Amino acid sequence: MNAALVILVVAFAVAIGLGLAARGGREMDLEQWSVGGRAFGTIFVFVLMAGEIYTTFTFLGGSGWAYGKGGPTLYILAYGPIAYSWSYFLLPVIWRYAREKKLVSQADFFVAKYESNAMGVLVALVSVAALVPYLVLQLKGLGIIVSEVSSGSVSSTAAVWAGAAALTLYVIVSGVRGSAWTATLKDLMILSVAVVLGVYLPLHYYGGYGAMFEAIDRAKPGFLTLPARGMSPSWFISTVLLTSTGFYMWPQFFAGAYTAKSEDVFRKNAVVLPLYGLVLLFVFFVGFAAVLQVPGLKGADGDLSLFRIAEQTFSPATIGVIGAAGLLTALVPGSMILLTAGTILSKNVYRVAVPSADDRSVTRLARALVGVVALFSVWLTLRGGEAIVSLLLMGYNLVTQLFPALFFSLPERPLVSTAAAAAGIVAGEAMVAYLTMSGASVATLMPWAPEAVKDLNVGIVALIVNVLVLGVVAAATRRRPVAATS
Amino acid sequence: MPDAPRPAGRRAYHWLTAVPTVAMLGGVPFVNRVHPMVLGLPLLMAWIAGWVVLTSATMGLVLYLDRARGGRDR
Repeated sequence: MNAALVILVVAFAVAIGLGLAARGGREMDLEQWSVGGRAFGTIFVFVLMAGEIYTTFTFLGGSGWAYGKGGPTLYILAYGPIAYSWSYFLLPVIWRYAREKKLVSQADFFVAKYESNAMGVLVALVSVAALVPYLVLQLKGLGIIVSEVSSGSVSSTAAVWAGAAALTLYVIVSGVRGSAWTATLKDLMILSVAVVLGVYLPLHYYGGYGAMFEAIDRAKPGFLTLPARGMSPSWFISTVLLTSTGFYMWPQFFAGAYTAKSEDVFRKNAVVLPLYGLVLLFVFFVGFAAVLQVPGLKGADGDLSLFRIAEQTFSPATIGVIGAAGLLTALVPGSMILLTAGTILSKNVYRVAVPSADDRSVTRLARALVGVVALFSVWLTLRGGEAIVSLLLMGYNLVTQLFPALFFSLPERPLVSTAAAAAGIVAGEAMVAYLTMSGASVATLMPWAPEAVKDLNVGIVALIVNVLVLGVVAAATRRRPVAATS
Repeated sequence: MPDAPRPAGRRAYHWLTAVPTVAMLGGVPFVNRVHPMVLGLPLLMAWIAGWVVLTSATMGLVLYLDRARGGRDR
């Protein structure tokens, strides 16, 4: 067992220990398990909300994109801060309503607002369809990290099983508290690893940032900016706007907001979280440093650039610490996903099917379903195949389709009928499925359009269809103007 | 979007929230260059990173103004 692997195993054990200790002898009813009894302060909500920007996707994929694609990578830096600035107004409204109605899931919000259990089932199904591929991606990342760090002595299959088992265990025992505790550890580690690598590597190999980027610009002209076609400025702008719109539509972050003990937590976080996102810049620096130092990684192998340049530079012990940070970036989002999937399947699907179910059995089932979802995800991960990649690309577009229905429900009474909101979601999701399966882009749909339109992110098309259908059905099923109920 | 329905709390400076979105993204076509570099970063990267910092600053200002007005409506 080399030094790197020892450190990895220790980090893994600490994460499980923290996750289990987080329960702290509490009685776990569904509200305590799913949303921490709505008692979290600024720090816990902060790390849960920062979770989205520091997943294995950002750790491996952020450096991988910088390595393989260059300039377009900057979109990953842009969407988080924009979503956080909007959250200043969005999250307090959601939080207030959730507390008043004692909601524990995102689907609950739609059920309460639109007064329809069927709406909850629809949203729950969309959520799970988007969550599972997201979890598969985290597990895949975990497998890659462990097999890289252990130089192949631990197989990626064994790592995926161990990771999924650990997640299932502490999510069942501690619920969202387990996620919050391990998320705190994760953020401390990823922060220090990213900054150290992002500062050290450019200085070590090039003597400075300016020198590094000049060297890259000379070797690969145009690599550091957006190309004129394809991932052009119009692609960049549309992708950032779409991604920011979808950001809080992920059920685990939506429900993560319920954990706050006061709405002021969100306002403070909207100020601090964008700055925190700057750490991503250091992750990119690692990928850029690797461009000329470990050339030749093609396609998906670009995701290994961070580990390859680190292995060439540092001792095994340091690699172990980097691997441990990467491991945690997979475990934490993974645990939030499992928790959320268990909660919505039990509360928003099972309970609708079996209305006689009492709170205890719903809570028990939610925990059992964590194991089921985990097993299913492990199976998908190990089965491999390209389908998962396209499912994942679909995931963000799937959840984004919930936005119009949410937006129109924000006033005290929804501005559109339940039928309209549901029709918009169904039409949007159908469009996403069609676009994903057919691999269509705006360019193939509208070959006559100007270049700036052709480069728009194709997700925009689904969102437009969604809003159009919602508008038409809303006009046809207009709610009677209701006098204020008070 | 920045104007989530909250009649009692509607204040003109809340529109400041839209500034980072509009400025960061609106500027992209004009700064899509490597040179001049800023602090050793290509211009496009420096622009995005700069606006990330300014997003925090803007939201800090909105929070400050909200607190100064007091009576956060609830």
